[in-house]
Amino acid sequence: MQHSLSLLLFLCCSFMTLHSQAIVNGHEYQFEEESKAEIFRHLANELRCPKCQNQNLADSNAMIADDLRRELYQQVKEGKGSEEIVDFMVNRYGDFVLYRPKVNAMTYVLWYGPAALCVIAAVVFALVMRSRRREEDEAAAENVQTAPEKAEGVSSEEFSVEEQARLNSLLDDDQNDSDPKGS
Amino acid sequence: MIPEYGHFALILALVLAALQAVIPLVGTATGKVQWMLMARPLSWGQFAFLLISFAALTISFVNDDFSVAYVANNSNSLLPVQYKVSAVWGSHEGSLLLWIVLLGAWTFAVSIFSKRLPTDVLARALAVMGMISVGFMLFTLFTSNPFERVLPNVPTDGADLNPLLQDFGLIVHPPMLYMGYVGFSVAFAFAIAALLSGRLDAAWARWSRPWTTMAWVFLTLGISLGSWWAYYELGWGGWWFWDPVENASFLPWLVGTALIHSLAVTEKRGAFKSWTLLLAIFAFSLSLLGTFLVRSGVLNSVHAFASDPDRGLFILALLIICIGGSLLLYAVKAPNVVAKASFNWISKESFLLLNNVLLVVTCATVLLGTLYPLVADFFYQQKISVGAPFFNQFFVPLMSVLMLFISIGMVARWKQTDLKWVGQQLWPAALVSVVFGFVFPLIYGVEYTWQIVFGVALSSWVISSTMLDVYNKANGKSGFIAGLQKLKPSYYGMVLGHLGVAVTAIGITIVSNYTEENDVRLSPGDVVEASGYRFVFDGVQKVPGPNYIADQGAIRVFDDGEYYTTLFPEKRHYKVAQNMMTEADIDPGLFRDLYVALGEPLEGDAWAVRIHYKPYVRWLWLGSLFMAAGGILAVSDRRYRLKVKQKLTNKAEAAEGATA
Amino acid sequence: MKRWTLFIPFVVFVLLGLLLWRGLYLNPKHVPSALLDKPFPAFTLPTLKTGESKTEATLQNGKVQLVNVWGTWCISCRVEHPFLVELAQKGVAIIGINYKDENDAALKWLDDLGDPYLFSVDDEEGTLSMDLGVTGAPETFIVDQQGMVRHKHQGPITSANWPELKTIIDQLEQSKGEG
Repeated sequence: MQHSLSLLLFLCCSFMTLHSQAIVNGHEYQFEEESKAEIFRHLANELRCPKCQNQNLADSNAMIADDLRRELYQQVKEGKGSEEIVDFMVNRYGDFVLYRPKVNAMTYVLWYGPAALCVIAAVVFALVMRSRRREEDEAAAENVQTAPEKAEGVSSEEFSVEEQARLNSLLDDDQNDSDPKGS
Repeated sequence: MIPEYGHFALILALVLAALQAVIPLVGTATGKVQWMLMARPLSWGQFAFLLISFAALTISFVNDDFSVAYVANNSNSLLPVQYKVSAVWGSHEGSLLLWIVLLGAWTFAVSIFSKRLPTDVLARALAVMGMISVGFMLFTLFTSNPFERVLPNVPTDGADLNPLLQDFGLIVHPPMLYMGYVGFSVAFAFAIAALLSGRLDAAWARWSRPWTTMAWVFLTLGISLGSWWAYYELGWGGWWFWDPVENASFLPWLVGTALIHSLAVTEKRGAFKSWTLLLAIFAFSLSLLGTFLVRSGVLNSVHAFASDPDRGLFILALLIICIGGSLLLYAVKAPNVVAKASFNWISKESFLLLNNVLLVVTCATVLLGTLYPLVADFFYQQKISVGAPFFNQFFVPLMSVLMLFISIGMVARWKQTDLKWVGQQLWPAALVSVVFGFVFPLIYGVEYTWQIVFGVALSSWVISSTMLDVYNKANGKSGFIAGLQKLKPSYYGMVLGHLGVAVTAIGITIVSNYTEENDVRLSPGDVVEASGYRFVFDGVQKVPGPNYIADQGAIRVFDDGEYYTTLFPEKRHYKVAQNMMTEADIDPGLFRDLYVALGEPLEGDAWAVRIHYKPYVRWLWLGSLFMAAGGILAVSDRRYRLKVKQKLTNKAEAAEGATA
Repeated sequence: MKRWTLFIPFVVFVLLGLLLWRGLYLNPKHVPSALLDKPFPAFTLPTLKTGESKTEATLQNGKVQLVNVWGTWCISCRVEHPFLVELAQKGVAIIGINYKDENDAALKWLDDLGDPYLFSVDDEEGTLSMDLGVTGAPETFIVDQQGMVRHKHQGPITSANWPELKTIIDQLEQSKGEG
């Protein structure tokens, strides 16, 4: 169940599929139905060659990769489902052969980490914005202008309102009203 | 003797680097200007000796001096000379030397192009770079010395360079990549200098920007070259594998991109100071982390150099001192440099902050996935793999959101922006992109997938909104052309950079969805009709090369009945290394590549042949060229603006004096 | 931002550094068997020499035994072979799986170099080996008295790594009778 959900998510999220789709000895693996060919390609990409230095079954030239590709082909042809085939591989070669790690207690941090990071980032962002507004309100209340930083002999970028106006008029800039052109 | 000269030069460079690391810093602490001024000449001396050292190693390769162990392990008398030279950085020891030489080059550049820097800032920055040099040189001399000899049993010939590396890619990819990695040390050095001095003004951002941008440009090109190289060399038409070493190069790029945007805010508005400092430290730290991951054997990778726990320990110690030290310094000293500038929820600053957040979260995600097998092994004693499915699942949505906001951030004003106004500026672009997204598959004549619609629409959004912004900004009182001329190089740099992102995204989208692959069994004379072309297989013959013998296939390609070209894919058997390499032949085009490779020989004189049609694949790398060009344009603006700024402040002061 | 939050990057890095340090002593290439503490997979294969049919039940014989995957095409197996002959002479029970090989070549090999195996099964198709999670040769499994897989060793057995394997065998023999 989890795996087919992941499969669905994969298909949805992958308009930019950043991996190889070619299969070694592809001519040996002909299918009559496109749906089966699709499963074969998908699994050949997601299963790892157990012996290689980080290659999937699709890309590897190793003998074991060849054997596993053939086994995969047989099973897909017989009509076995993705989950069944994956279980077959994992029972023999361990979780190591899955490029898409299983979602279990060991991998919660992996699979939910990015979302958690986004949430943390959003919270920090909001807090920072709030504290800045508070500071600005306090500064405004005290009627103190936010001063330019101490510049030790180097002209600071921040001008006061009058200085900015004078600078603009000096520049005789058409584009005064929109933001500065440079970034 | 030449290797010994090289070895000795490296030691001398180490001594000078050590002096460079210490003397100027002592000078800043004690206020002795003479000591601070020593930084420049010391860095020149260091660079000179490094060049001598590198030259010595190169000469050893070109002269086939197999008494040098590194040469014996990586070269061969039959190796073509250009590969003898690039073999210098073909493996661990030599590539480290390249790293160090490039660090010396950047140090030299900083010492030259820094006339306007206050003496103490330059002294601190060069000292920090000197420290990094010392660390790497010690590492090289103690654990990875390329000049070690194999006496007395000098081999008659070398073990040859790995055939995969006997390629143009090796000549350009590592140097470009290292220029990027090492280049971030400049921003890092400036950050440390700022923390040490307790001073961080907008001028700091102005100095750091061009250096950071140039490093980013090199890294962009380096990564792109690596991808292109993998594409044509590995024989399967793939161009990114989320391999740990690839990820290691991508992490500093992501943070580097965040950094160049954050520096913009710090320069313009004086905001994000402390955050920018942290990013500068992160960017270089990730470069160092990449170095560690590649050379320590901690992760499984196709790219990994031969690993050695001792080397790993040394680099880890380097990492701890460098990164740990800088992060501690940051924690202690950063409060001195906090900015007070404020900005609205909806403003250019907040969108750039969003940019930073997305890039850093993406970076953290890629790091998490890359390191997770290690986590699983250590905490759970389980071996797992984390590959493309994981990375794609998060990378694509995050980058999509980023792309959505690129143009909004570009148009938004500093401090406060009205979203409605932004909408007014950009709605035509949004409309055009959505329409184009739906229309594209029809034009292209292929099946509809919502992935294509989304991808094309998003990329068109970036392109059209960027061009619309150029139009809006140029369209002023003085007319359009004059308006265009008034826009600054740094603006055009930004435009090009963003267009580059869109171009790459289009390439990725289309090649991922519309690639056509045909793996067929062909006998001489067989014909394949595929992707609108006709391919005629003319059989395979043996063709000798300088250090290999190849089975070369000939495939004639016909377009609409007319002969178009012949492609010659090869399977090369390298004599010395005894391996076999597949060399695809590609007919490149802006809108499609025809990619042909030989598989296995089959019964009789039949062969397995793969014929791939790869639409828009070149756009992937074209986009990175745009990004690099954008970066270079932006940097070219910097110098100009510095001089103008002087004139303006003079003018402002004069006017002030007049009205006072 | 509060002062202490500035230390977060440093702390995170220290934790990362610790992880990387421990990582240096782990071996990412060593993948333990998925069959650890599981029964030896079911099979029915003929032996090389007599053609007699063997099954997994043969391994549930109350003895601790080594199951060695080998092939004449495998150079490391050639290197390992003399040591296996030595072990067999010392009384170690070794059973062979002839992996993806030709019967004639295999028999000749055993004739020429000696036969350390109680028997070798003919796994020409590689089906048993695949069920065992074999990725190449030589690989050796330690199977206990009840036919459960207790250890997998990749690569040749040599005098250098034999003591470690011997310890495991001894431990299994001592805990005879316990599940």
